[in-house]
Amino acid sequence: MYNEKVLQHFKKPANMGKIKNASGVGRVGNIVCGDVMWLYIKVGKNKKGKEILKDVKWQTFGCVAALATSSIVSNLAKGKTIEEALELSNEKIVKQLGGLPPTKMHCSILAVDALHEAIYDYLKRNNKPIPEKLQKKHEKLQKELKEIEKRYKDFLKLEKRLSE
Amino acid sequence: MIYLDNAATTQVRREVIEAMLPFLDKKYGNASSLHSMGQEAKVALERSRESIAKVLKAEPNEIIFCSCATEANNLALKGLAFEAKKQGKNHLIVSRIEHHCVLHAAQWLEENGFEVTYLPVDEYGFVDLGELERAINEKTFLVSIMYANNEIGTIEPIREVVKICQENSVPLHSDAVQAFGKIPLYTKGIDMLSLSAHKIYGPKGVGLLMKRKELRIQPLLHGGGHEFDLRSGTENVAGIVGFAKAMELALKEMPRESKRQAKMRDKLIKNALQIPESRLNGHPKKRLPNNANFSFRYVEGESIVMKLNELGIAASTGSACSSPKLEPSHVLLALGLAPSEAHGSLRLTLGRFNKMKDINYTIKVLPKVIAELRAISPFWNR
Repeated sequence: MYNEKVLQHFKKPANMGKIKNASGVGRVGNIVCGDVMWLYIKVGKNKKGKEILKDVKWQTFGCVAALATSSIVSNLAKGKTIEEALELSNEKIVKQLGGLPPTKMHCSILAVDALHEAIYDYLKRNNKPIPEKLQKKHEKLQKELKEIEKRYKDFLKLEKRLSE
Repeated sequence: MIYLDNAATTQVRREVIEAMLPFLDKKYGNASSLHSMGQEAKVALERSRESIAKVLKAEPNEIIFCSCATEANNLALKGLAFEAKKQGKNHLIVSRIEHHCVLHAAQWLEENGFEVTYLPVDEYGFVDLGELERAINEKTFLVSIMYANNEIGTIEPIREVVKICQENSVPLHSDAVQAFGKIPLYTKGIDMLSLSAHKIYGPKGVGLLMKRKELRIQPLLHGGGHEFDLRSGTENVAGIVGFAKAMELALKEMPRESKRQAKMRDKLIKNALQIPESRLNGHPKKRLPNNANFSFRYVEGESIVMKLNELGIAASTGSACSSPKLEPSHVLLALGLAPSEAHGSLRLTLGRFNKMKDINYTIKVLPKVIAELRAISPFWNR
C-alpha cells in the first residue's frame, strides 16, 4: 500500500514537535475526518535580507500518509523564502514521496494547507500584505471548516466535552 | 510475525490441508458427474454435509454451501426478502453493528422498496431487546442479529432474541462467523445461520448457510440446480471437505482453547488498560475469548497498526484512515464513541497458534508505540 519512502518518513519523521513563540501557526484538518495537522513556522532573514522559514515544526494526529506528508512538507519548506514556500504544491509533495495510495491523496493537501495557513497567520499577525491567492485559499478553508462543524455539530460537542 | 488478527482470517491447520489435498489432486471429479470419479466427489461432499449438520444440530438438507459468509448473509437476507414479498411482507430488522455484508444488503433492499429497521445497541454493543420487540410488525419477514461481533467481540443475547422472534412468529437469521468454535452455539430456534471456513483454520472461499427446511427462500445464483436449487455452481469439494474437518476439530478443542485464549486475552486487556487514556471497547466479560479491542485517545489507529507491524505484530483498527471510504468503524460509533476514539482503536484477536509469550511481547511494546505517537500528536500536551 505505502512505498518505502513514505514508510521511511513514517518511521523517522523529521522536524516533529512544537516551536515556542512561533511566528505563525497553521491548524488544519478535523478530528471527525481523522487527520489534524498543526504546523509552526519561525520566520527569519537570510543573508540577502529576505524573509525565510528558519524553522518548521509540526504535530499531527493521523495515519501513516498524514505523518509522512507532514514530515516531507517540513523538510521542503525549511530554509525557503515565503514566496518559495507558497509555491509548494500537493503535486510536488506526492512526487517527492514517490506517490501515495489514491484514498490518501487528501493527506498531501492537508500538509500544504497547514504550511500555507501558518504563513497566512504570520502575515496577518504582522500586518503584512497577503497575496490574493493565499487570502482566497484561507477563506475557502475557513468555509470548509464551518461546514464540517455544522455537519458534525453533535460529534464536535462530544469531542469538546471529552477534551475538557 | 506475531499474528493477532485472527478475526480477519486464520492459518489453515495441517489436518485440514491434508483432508483437502486428495480432492485437489487425484479425486478432482465434479460432484455432478455420473462416473465413479464424480461419485467419489459426491460422497465426500455429502459426508461433509452430514458431519456439519450434526455439529449444528440440523438436517443435512438444511446446509447450503456457498463461497463465503458474505454470500451466505446475502442469500439469507435477499433470498428471504424476495420470497416474503410474495406474501406481502416487506420489513426487515437488523442491528446497527452487523457486518457490512448484512448492513449493505439491507441498505440495498431498502433502495429496492423494502423497509429496514436498524436496531440500536448499548455502550457494550448489546442489541436493545425492547426496541426489537417494538420494531416487529405484521410485515416483518426477518430479524438478523449477529451471534458475536467481529470488531468488539460482544456476544449478543441470542436466547432472548430467539424468544422474542418465536413469540412473534418472525424468522431469525444470525451471522455466527466469529462465534463458531469459540463459544457453544445455541442453534435451536435460529432459522438461518451463516458460517465461514477461513475463520476457523479452514480455507478461504467456503461458507455456508444453515436454513431450516420449512423456510422457503429464493436463490441468488441460478444455474444447474446445485445445493437444493438454492445455490447453483459446481461445488468446491476440497474446500467443503476442509470446512467439515475444520469444524469438527474446532468443536473438539473449543473447551480447552477458549479457556487458554481467554487467559491470554485477559492478560492483554489488563496490561493495555494501564496505558493512560485508554479504554476497552465491548463488554469486559460477555465477549469472545479471543477478542480485545481498545481505544487510545490522541492517536490514530492506522499509525498504531503500522508501528506494530514494524515490530512484528499483525493487528487491525476501526480507524477511518484504514477504511476505503474513510469513515470510522460503524460499530464503534454505534457504541456512542466519539470519532476521535474510534480513530484510535486497535483490535487484537487471538488464535490457536498464539502463545503467552506473544502476549508478553505485545504488552511490552504497545505502551511505547502509543507514547511515540502521542509525542507527535497535537492533542497530547503532557
